[in-house]
This record gives sequence, structure tokens and C-alpha cells, in this order.
Amino acid sequence: MAEWCPWAVRRLPALALPEGAFDAKRGQYESVEFMKTVARYRPSDAARILGVTEVDLAIPMLTFVFGQAQLEGPVAVISLCRLRQEFYGQPGDETLLRERVVKEVLHELGHTFGLTHCADPKCAMSLATHIGLVDSKEERYCPDCGSQLVRRFSSPDGDA
Amino acid sequence: MKKVWPILVVDDEEVMCDSMAAWLREDGYRVDTAPNGQKGLELAKSTDYAICFVDLKMPGGMDGIETMMEIHRIRPDASVIIITAFATVDTAIQAMKEGAQEYIVKPCHPQEISMLVSRILKLKKLQSENAILRKKISRQYRHRDIITKNPRMEEILALTRDIASLPSTVLICGESGTGKELVARDIHYSGARAEKRFVSVSCAALTETLLESELFGHEKGAFTGAEGQTKGKFELADGGTIFLDEIGDISPKLQADLLRVLQERRFYRVGGSEEVSVDVRVIAATHKDLAEEVHAGRFRDDLFYRLNVIEIRIPPLRERREDIPLLAEHFVERIASELGKDIAGISGGALKLLIDYDWPGNVRELENVIERAIVTSHNGTLVDGDFAWLHQRANSNQNWEVPDVPLADLERRAIIAALERKGGNIKDAAASLGIDRSTLYDKLKRYEIAH
Repeated sequence: MAEWCPWAVRRLPALALPEGAFDAKRGQYESVEFMKTVARYRPSDAARILGVTEVDLAIPMLTFVFGQAQLEGPVAVISLCRLRQEFYGQPGDETLLRERVVKEVLHELGHTFGLTHCADPKCAMSLATHIGLVDSKEERYCPDCGSQLVRRFSSPDGDA
Repeated sequence: MKKVWPILVVDDEEVMCDSMAAWLREDGYRVDTAPNGQKGLELAKSTDYAICFVDLKMPGGMDGIETMMEIHRIRPDASVIIITAFATVDTAIQAMKEGAQEYIVKPCHPQEISMLVSRILKLKKLQSENAILRKKISRQYRHRDIITKNPRMEEILALTRDIASLPSTVLICGESGTGKELVARDIHYSGARAEKRFVSVSCAALTETLLESELFGHEKGAFTGAEGQTKGKFELADGGTIFLDEIGDISPKLQADLLRVLQERRFYRVGGSEEVSVDVRVIAATHKDLAEEVHAGRFRDDLFYRLNVIEIRIPPLRERREDIPLLAEHFVERIASELGKDIAGISGGALKLLIDYDWPGNVRELENVIERAIVTSHNGTLVDGDFAWLHQRANSNQNWEVPDVPLADLERRAIIAALERKGGNIKDAAASLGIDRSTLYDKLKRYEIAH
């Protein structure tokens, strides 16, 4: 992340899976529990904290999520489970995985800076409800979303 | 700017509310949540939600269907989506019958919710655009410029509503400039024919042969210059309304032709052998006393009774003086904005001048007078001075030395003088006489004045 992310990035030690997050009936983990756990470990000097997990995340209303974020809050999580080609019965592809992760990280962090979904399907902030839509995005924000982020950073009460 | 549609989520499970709200907020919607139907209704009272997600099963208190019905009572336009688990799909289908727009089975695929919400909002956008356009159209045509607080005029407007959707022929009588065509348009655009055409024909402006071809169309070669088949106004108005202005001026031959169309709804194009049938509502208008014309043998009585199924008599402006300030203000606002002049209104003194004047040319004359005042005014408000010439016009009428000759002779001489002054220009001569062109044509014919 440090290579492309415009912010200073620090990696924290791995955390155990949050207790009680597993829904045995669905065979998935509740994403909100992950957000709560990650939030507890946010260092005081970190403006944002991003949790990354291999397990399949979901929220009660939806069958799955690629990731979740607090809108204008400090916490976001992403799951690698459905970003891996193996999930779709294909051979693993590290390059593709990396691209997808970058897009998801940009997307969830965008939410933490107040961006909502974008109508431009190539923008990282566009809504992806299946992996095909993740792949049709580019690893960047569209000019509109990009300039909204810049405005946030340059405003005196910007928290980044 | 994107409109933010408010969405309500009603679910007794807090985690369900929160996760749904967070998901929808990421999409840019404003989302409120409620843990039960009661709380949901309270929120719905103060916010006009576009969509309400309501859980079907909520233990204790109102269930999803009851909540939905109550929401619909407060917000009939809100779309309710019932959230259900697999076990209760049958009940969800029941909910659809009770008025739910959709139901979703939880947990559902993210795409399902996104598509559902965007589909409903797209529909709502179209509906609201449609409503705005309809409002615009009805503002444009219904009561267009018919501004009144006169009881007789209000009765007329009420009558136009009542007769708008009837097929009956209407005869509108009134002096020139009283707004006969506006009333005709009001009838057309208030009724079932509103989406079809309103075709207006001024019968006084055309010679007999031209009017015949204008009304019924002609075939190729019907007369010199008839290069192709042309549809007449009756055909153009098929399904809609034809407005025959100055009907009292048509020739005996056209009176006979018109009678046939009114009786049979069929006619021949000029020079044609094929019958054309039409479904047209006829509204006729005249400034003449048609009953008098019938009495004098100038108008067919059978046609008169055909036309006179419903009669509307519009009073002249001098009999509804209370409308003069309303109309004057309206014309100032409209004409000033059309001409790009910054004029706020009319002074009290100027209004009094307008109210005292007799307006032989009625509302049309008032409109022209206001336009002339706006064009020449240099103030932000129209004042007495802007209408001084009107005062002179009224006075000069009163102080005339009238020679001892028949009235018709006076009129004839006034018309000839006006034509001479205006170099034979009919439009200018009519304006200076305070009558409209069709009336002037009529008088030229009657007094056999060459022009």
C-alpha cells in the first residue's frame, strides 16, 4: 500500500478473529464485529485504520460484502475471500488479486473520507455488487471524487 | 445537483437496521431507522420518505403489514418494500396484494437491493417530472389569461368546466376583445380532447372561396394554384376542437356547407369526390347578435340552432370594471418581462384612469394600452402621465360635435378617414378605431368601402 497510497502507511500486527463474529448458519463472519474489533486497535496518531481479512464477510441484510466502512469515520475492513480467483473456481492470480485489493482499499477509504457511490463505473467509488464490476473499475478515483478528496484534505477541519 | 431521496428502515433487529442504513448511506441516500412500526410512523409524519423498508415480522405492537398500511395512509406516494425471511414468503406475497411495491428475502444479494432501489427511484423521478410537466401545461392553457373576480365571469368559467368533456357545439358571444378564443381554449384544454389539436379559424378574414378551402381542404387542381392535396382545418382538428371565430360573417353558401358538416360530420374537400369524415367538436364565436341576424334573414336559423346548443355570453370589460386592476397588473408583469423592462406596477392614479375608461376594444385594448405605456415609460412604475393620451381619447369622444346624420353614415366616414390616415393599412386603421381586423373587414364589406 505504501507504494501507491498518498498517506503514510503503517502495518500493525495481525489480530485474532473476533469472537462471536462467526454465523454458523451462513458459514460467514459478521463484518460489523470486525469493524468493532479493528476500531479498538486504532493507534491515537492514525487518522484511519483498515482491517484486511481472508474470511468471507457479510452483514445481516446482505449475502456478502467485499468490504465495509464507516461513512466519514475512521474504520474500514475488506475481505480478500471474494477477491481471489480461487473463490470462483479459477486458478489463483496474484496480479489480478493485487489490482482488486487496490480498488477495494480506495473504495472503502473513500467512504471514510465521506465519498458516496459514484455513477462512473470506472471510478473506484462506483458500487460493485459482484466481482465483474470490481474488475471493470480502474485503480483510481474519477476527477469528481478525486477533487472532493482534495478539498477534504485542504480544508482546515479536514481530519486527514 | 442529485436529489437526496429519504429512505426509512423499520426493523426490530437493531443490527439489521444499522447494516441496511450503512449500506444505503454509502449510496448517498438519507436514511432513518426505527425499531418498531409506531416509531416508524412518527418519523413518516414529519418526513416524506420515498421508500420504506419494513420488516414483516416484528414481535409485539404492529406487524409489517399494519405498519405498511398506516404509512400508506400518511404517505400515499411512499413505496413500501417488505423485508422477509424464507419462512414467510407466502405472507410477503400477501403483503404485495395489500399494496407493497416489492419484497426482499433476507439475506439478499447486494445487487438485488441496489437494483430495486434505483428502479423505484427512477420511477419516482419520472412520476415527479410528469407531475411538474402536467402542472406546467395546465398552467399554460387552463385559465390562460382568464383573470377575473367578476361573478358572471366566474360562472362562465365554472360552466366551461362542466361542458368541457361534452361533445356539444358551443356558441360564444361577446364584443371584440372580450376573450372569446381564450374561453374556447379553456373549454378544449379542460376536456377529454385536450391532448388533440385546437384549431382556430377567423372566418371574417378570408373571402368565401378561400375560407371554403381553408375549412375543408382541397384536391390537387381544384383551382388555380392548388398544386397538391391540402387538408382543411376540419381534418387537422380531427379528434380535437375547431374554433370558428366571427361565424356571423360567413356567406350563405358556407352556412349551408357548415350545417351539413355539423349534421353529418362528413364533407368533401374542394374539388374532391371522396367524402371525409371527422370527429371534431365545434366552438363558434361571434361579436354579432346572431338571433338578430337570423331575424334579418342574414343567417340561417337551422345553423343558428345547431351552433347555439350551449351559449356563453362574455360581458364587455366596462361591465366588469373590478377586473381592470387585476388584468392591468397581470399585463404589466407579463409584458414588462417579455420586453425586458423593469416595471414594478401601476400607480393608484393611473389605475383610476384605467378603471374610468370605457374600453370599447375590451381586454385586448387594455393589453395594447398597457404595452404602449410600458414601451414609452421611463419610470419603474406606470403613472397617470403614461396614460394621458388615453384620457384625451376618452375626452375627445365626449366633446365631439356630432353632425346630424344617420349613425351608419358616421361609422362609414370614420372608417374611411382612418384608412386614409393610415395609408390603407387595415391593421393600423383597425387599431386606431379600437376594433380588431375582422370587425373592420366586416364593416368594409357592409359599407362597401373599397380598400
